[in-house]
Amino acid sequence: MTRIVVDPVTRIEGHLRIEASVVDGCVSDAWSSSTMFRGIELILQGRDPRDAWAFCQRICGVCTTVHAIASIRAVEDAIGAVPPPNARVLRNLVMAAQAVQDHVIHFYHLHALDWVDVVSALKADPAETSQLAMSISDWHDSSAKYFKGVQARLQAFVDRGQLGPFGNAYWGHPAYKLPPAANLMAVAHYLAALDWQREFIKLHAILGGKNPHLQSFLVGGMATPIDPDSQAALNADTIGALRGLVAGARDFVNQVYIPDLLAIASFYKDWAGYGAGVGNYLVYGEYPLTDEPHAPKFLPAGVIRGRDLAHVEAFDPEKITEQVTHSWYTYSEGDKAALHPSHGQTNPKYTGPTPPYEFLDTNAKYSWLKSPRYDGQAMEVGPLARMLVAYGSGHARVRELVDGALAKLGVGPEVLFSTLGRVAARGLETELLAEKMGDWVDELAANMGRGELRIHDNDKWDPSSWPKFAHGAGFHEAPRGSLGHWVRIADGKIENYQCVVPSTWNAGPRDALGAPGPYEAALVGTPVADPEQPLEILRTVHSFDPCMACGVHVIDPAGREVAHVKVR
Amino acid sequence: MPVIGDGFRRELEARGISRREFVGFCAGVAAILGLPKSAVAQVARALETKPKPTLVWLELQDCAGCTESFLRASKPSAADVILDLLSVDYHETLMAAAGHRAEAALADVVAKKPGEYIAVVEGSIPTGNGYCTVGGRSAQQIVDDVCSHAAAVIAVGTCAAFGGLPAAAPNPTGGRSVGDAVPGIRKLVNMPACPVNGENLAALVTYYLTYGKWPALDHLHRPLFAYGKSIHDACERRAHFDAGQYVEAWGDAGHRAGFCLYKMGCKGPATFHNCPNVGWNEHTSWPVGCGHPCIGCAEPAFWDRMTPFYEHLAGVPGFGVGTSIDRVGAWATAAVAGTFTAHALVQLTRRKLAETAAKKQRAAESSAAPPQPQPKDKQP
Repeated sequence: MTRIVVDPVTRIEGHLRIEASVVDGCVSDAWSSSTMFRGIELILQGRDPRDAWAFCQRICGVCTTVHAIASIRAVEDAIGAVPPPNARVLRNLVMAAQAVQDHVIHFYHLHALDWVDVVSALKADPAETSQLAMSISDWHDSSAKYFKGVQARLQAFVDRGQLGPFGNAYWGHPAYKLPPAANLMAVAHYLAALDWQREFIKLHAILGGKNPHLQSFLVGGMATPIDPDSQAALNADTIGALRGLVAGARDFVNQVYIPDLLAIASFYKDWAGYGAGVGNYLVYGEYPLTDEPHAPKFLPAGVIRGRDLAHVEAFDPEKITEQVTHSWYTYSEGDKAALHPSHGQTNPKYTGPTPPYEFLDTNAKYSWLKSPRYDGQAMEVGPLARMLVAYGSGHARVRELVDGALAKLGVGPEVLFSTLGRVAARGLETELLAEKMGDWVDELAANMGRGELRIHDNDKWDPSSWPKFAHGAGFHEAPRGSLGHWVRIADGKIENYQCVVPSTWNAGPRDALGAPGPYEAALVGTPVADPEQPLEILRTVHSFDPCMACGVHVIDPAGREVAHVKVR
Repeated sequence: MPVIGDGFRRELEARGISRREFVGFCAGVAAILGLPKSAVAQVARALETKPKPTLVWLELQDCAGCTESFLRASKPSAADVILDLLSVDYHETLMAAAGHRAEAALADVVAKKPGEYIAVVEGSIPTGNGYCTVGGRSAQQIVDDVCSHAAAVIAVGTCAAFGGLPAAAPNPTGGRSVGDAVPGIRKLVNMPACPVNGENLAALVTYYLTYGKWPALDHLHRPLFAYGKSIHDACERRAHFDAGQYVEAWGDAGHRAGFCLYKMGCKGPATFHNCPNVGWNEHTSWPVGCGHPCIGCAEPAFWDRMTPFYEHLAGVPGFGVGTSIDRVGAWATAAVAGTFTAHALVQLTRRKLAETAAKKQRAAESSAAPPQPQPKDKQP
């Protein structure tokens, strides 16, 4: 048996460490550890709940917006603020843009290098690459000349001997299967996507002032005024700009991302056999389509257990708990207790090895992530969960997209429960959202046209309008999965704050019963051709799109005492 | 060994970037830096002829927002050029290698190029054991090793520059800035804001490549080109402030007409940054431009000093650009007084003492240097 350590897991957000035992070239057991902690929920205590979104947003700068959204929803739920229709539409646009941009960046800049051999691209015949590209897409940059230019640029880069971020990597590894022509196409689109993301995300700057860390969120609405007769507000010009950006996104996703995804997947069909994970899927639902309290959502909520697509259960937030048996926290009820986040209780207590260290003691506590469970079970969250729940719920467009992709690859729905399925679901969700965004731009334009200019519920802005004690929850489907914030407010200040986030669901450690989290379960059975170059482990871990800074948090009514000790 | 002195110009041609586009890029950078037109040629010459210096980018108690912001850096059709100005040998979010191979890349730079590489640090450094480790090493061990051997250190974002969010009261992990975690660091430049503006970072690097030194810094090690003027003084809504035209409620007629956000809590008068001039995402907008008050994200301890975000600063005088600088400290104090918990004040006092001590030390070290224009200390 070989014990492999991958730390840092790169091309993710945050700090993730994987330890795995490998027997006969296969992972027999795996442990997922988050190695960074900030204590943001503790920092939130005693502050103005209307400020919380800005603090929470900084949990993550890659999935910027998501914690801001969950936070304003939690506070609105607590104080009874009702955002007007424009706020819902603006938030839908901001959230969908985040998902579309984030998924594209994930595919090309965080995940592609697990499947694409950059050095092999140097051996490609640009004419052959051009032929390949034109056979799968109408994208304008597909000429032999274009690919030749990319190749020359890459050659100049390699010749100089300074490989920068591509240095020390796994080029030539036997698990790379793409022919040189396909590698060159993917490298070209890696660079194209770098330009595209910068352009597309101007949508966030229009609606939020800047990206990352947009600054237009408000408890009760949004801060971007709407007025077709003003240059200092969202107006007809804005509608035109938004339409252009959305159309550009649709083109890039449909003509570059999806064709690349299907082309690459066709060489890696064996990865439909790896990375299945826990087989349970959880979705809170997202993109409210109307303004009533329990509005229908474009992507439905639901729970699937044991890969049974025929039975989608209703989601019940009361069934969520968190455990700390293997996490660097303690519970006053004992470390095997399972607590609902509205009464979350965590004391940070690092008991891991003193750095520098070689191995964690995975029999003891070994992560800054807690272990969230739904009805006692580990759940996978994210694009695959969303596409499966929507598919199982009969979402017509999702069924069309999923069935279409499966037909193109010549495979059945069983392949969805895998590393490859996760990668494919992310792409299909991007396509779905990019096309849906146009509807919300139209809705915004229609509101503007009929004089509906409200952006905020001013009645609940002043804390004197709030109850003395209040508590609420805010749910969101972030790019990486289901996100929930729980807040307690007393006398206009935050008394208690708790986040249960996608990467905690997916990357959490074992629970009190010793049951593994989704990453840990998904890695078992993964082949490892060369323990020195654990490329295959990266493939499965990256398929979840880890975001570790999100995963780590602490909240405890008694936590201030602990913090006093820690403070210098 | 890398080919030192390889023509950057040749590389640009290989990728189809014309001379004209390139000079346009240099002019854009020079504009952000506040350099005269005559400097454009010098910037271009330097970029064409200097070798690619090595850069390592450390992510510690961070959110990767500054990394993302760096990816949004742009000058017409040449943002990718900025990546190619440097050899980025270590960057967790971008690099292909993982695990010990990634760590080996970092160790190689430190061992083989001591005193030659630039270290960028994103995120704060905790003092508690085990709060942040990478490859089994603590954040403190990493910065001790990497920053002390660097030719220069850039602390990007408010976390690395001033402690930022992790250091907000009650600072549960003892989070510190790079300057505090590694005292006596050589050539430290602080680039606060949450996140750092990618355009400013690109401009800073270009300045360094062109002149072989950092631009003029203030007493907080911030480049004056980006942090020399208050947001209030350069704000497009300043005329409305002077005219007494304020937004009174979200979405009201004044809000729709672009009136001043002072009453809604804008911290622009107490914040030194070039947001109004440079904007975000290729000049698309900026927070005040889109209708939300400035939250002061480039200032030290803004999570404590500038909150509650929606309470307005006390007693900002009207009229006259620049009249306000001497009094900024007083307004910030007034805003803070009613809102702080006792231990947050203790934290701030400690921080203030540490800063004063560090400042004295720096002043002693650079007593021979010519005086530079410095905004007054804005700490309470």
